[in-house]
Amino acid sequence: MKIGYGHMGTLTMVVELLLEELGHEPVVPHRPTRQTLALGAKYAPEFACIPFKIVLGTYLECLERGADTLLSGGGYGPCRAGMYGEVHGRILRDLGYNPQVIFLFPPLIKPYHFFKKVSLLKGRCSWFHLARAIRKAWTKLTFLDQMELLSQTKRPRELTRGATSKAFERGLTYLHQAKSLNEIIEAGHAALAELDQVPVDPAADPLKVGIIGEIYVQLEPFANHYIEETLGHLGVEVRRSIYLTSYTRHDVLSTKGDMSSRSLAMPYLNQKIGGHGQNSVGDVIRYAKLGYNGVVQLAPFSCIPEIVAKSLMPYLSKKYGIPVLTLFIDEQTGPTGIQTRLEAFVDLMEQRRAQTREGARMQTGSAV
Amino acid sequence: MGMPRALFYYTYYPLWKAFVEALGAEAVSSGPTNKETLDAGIRETVNDACIPIKLYHGHVLDLKDRVDYLFVPRLVSPGGSYTYCPKFLGLPDMIRHAGMELPPLIDTRLNLRGLPGGLNRFLRATAAALDFRNPFTQARAMRHALKQYALYQELLLGGLHPQRVFEALERGASLEELKGEALAAPPDRPAEEGLRVALLGYPYIVFDPFVSADVYHRLKHMGAAVLTTEQVPASAMRRMSRVLPQNCFWHYSNRVCWAALYYIERKAVDGIIHLTAYACGPDAMVDKILELEAKKAKLPYLTLTIDEHTGTGGVQTRIEAFVDMLQARQEKRLKEAAS
Ligand code: SF4
Ligand code: SF4
Repeated sequence: MKIGYGHMGTLTMVVELLLEELGHEPVVPHRPTRQTLALGAKYAPEFACIPFKIVLGTYLECLERGADTLLSGGGYGPCRAGMYGEVHGRILRDLGYNPQVIFLFPPLIKPYHFFKKVSLLKGRCSWFHLARAIRKAWTKLTFLDQMELLSQTKRPRELTRGATSKAFERGLTYLHQAKSLNEIIEAGHAALAELDQVPVDPAADPLKVGIIGEIYVQLEPFANHYIEETLGHLGVEVRRSIYLTSYTRHDVLSTKGDMSSRSLAMPYLNQKIGGHGQNSVGDVIRYAKLGYNGVVQLAPFSCIPEIVAKSLMPYLSKKYGIPVLTLFIDEQTGPTGIQTRLEAFVDLMEQRRAQTREGARMQTGSAV
Repeated sequence: MGMPRALFYYTYYPLWKAFVEALGAEAVSSGPTNKETLDAGIRETVNDACIPIKLYHGHVLDLKDRVDYLFVPRLVSPGGSYTYCPKFLGLPDMIRHAGMELPPLIDTRLNLRGLPGGLNRFLRATAAALDFRNPFTQARAMRHALKQYALYQELLLGGLHPQRVFEALERGASLEELKGEALAAPPDRPAEEGLRVALLGYPYIVFDPFVSADVYHRLKHMGAAVLTTEQVPASAMRRMSRVLPQNCFWHYSNRVCWAALYYIERKAVDGIIHLTAYACGPDAMVDKILELEAKKAKLPYLTLTIDEHTGTGGVQTRIEAFVDMLQARQEKRLKEAAS
């Protein structure tokens, strides 16, 4: 099968590896561009969330490049992601394409369904082979997460602007070429070493910001207008509430979600509302408790769970004393708009930090 | 106990009112939606919320100084694997933290998934929250309320507009009196003469004359018979739920899809109008499904999106054009049949 799929940050490369291992021919999606989005937006319902549009655009590009099957994933309700496959399929068929759409639900919610789909993908490979492929993919995933973490730490401290991003890209090519387990491990270490060598300013004192919100816009840099890089270059050390490995553990291999942030959210939002709505509420509290300087909530325009979460933000922000910036993203959102809002937000956090430090100094001063 | 006239109010008000009153408390509704309710709601909510949610806030504001308790239940699941729109799931939390000065909220959870008797448990919990703990009083009130509810559903099925029912209830009339107005059988056969339009959408939009620019009555004035989701019998809904390869997760959205499938299958309508709220999450999916189904059935289809600024003028022109087009189609068909 020639399989196309959606592009989601570094996950793209891992899916490619898995499909190759299983003997398929992956039609690896290109990084989405303005054209991709425009293409998706043209055929998607107007108020579909932006991930839906980007992914639809990507599918169309894959189909043009000869894909005959599309692989789609998504939570099983109550949010829209659970219907992506179905509605994408309908739209594509209406346009005259006829791809086979393989829709993967999380294994524990629809075990039989999942098993059937995996068997289909597995084709003639043995289960042993599949297990080995998964192990490779997992190793790659772990390295990719580590690289992201390291680059997030490095970027606000780098001496030459852009050096971290360049090293990161080089690292990605290393990992991309690695196919066997040993190669992957080697490439992973080499990639981390690249990042390690980026010279930094030891005196840098970056602000810390947590990025929370909906998964696709968090993980796909195109969708969030490269917010990690933008913030990094503004001298901010970021952390995301979702990394691929943690997501896999919490949301794919379990039905419960990230309990640590969900239990924090309980007093304020005592109900699972789909997507990462409840996580967003809990994550704000978590980052506040960890002493972060601020939180950026990312969400697609019209994203239902994040709207619910956002309506609690003013209250939480006041209660826990942490500034929150919510960015709703749609196809009209431009990079400059985001840049200005982020700059203003960074200024605000700087001021707050200066104030608290001032306050602390005065206190110790008077104690002396 | 105050009940905001928005969202699930249209589905459940007669049930809740009967129940609360049988317990010995008073049920107070907010007034019909007007410009003030809407403006107040817009002021109180995040600007990304959909109109129905904003309206709900508006109605809460309208009520809050007149009541001892506010009834803001959390509707979780209507049964099966379905849920309500995530905004319903988070509603009490949104209301509570919106920064309004409010009387105590009663946010009983309605979850009909799993064990049977969910509705009864819900009602008992509500009674307990109001401090009516006598199980016999509870049971009596419950029996009475469920009877009223069944009656209400029957009236809706017969094509009565919910507002008509609410007015009667406010007057103190009983639902029995309205029975004469309801149609006996659901109108499910093709129309020989006169137009039939399916006006589909969530009850809290379709039946709110203010936000929907009263499309319902406008269509009627143009001489079309209007069919809504409420006129589809429950058994037909269940049957339709097995038609689509994958249903939605959300109760009200499913009802819209299934009603559309039903009317299409029965060839009961000449056209479909989908009334949807600006930036409604679920409707982005629903609208596409309806559009494609209507296309398959070669039925004219119109999406009307309403938002804060929907002018009545624009709506009027659009539905006039649509109805004219349907009329032309019908005339053509009749002529062909005659020749
Ligand atoms: S969580 Fe938000 S972006 Fe994701 S499917 Fe749901 S509405 Fe769309
Ligand atoms: S279904 Fe749509 S209109 Fe209704 S509450 Fe949800 S988002 Fe709003």
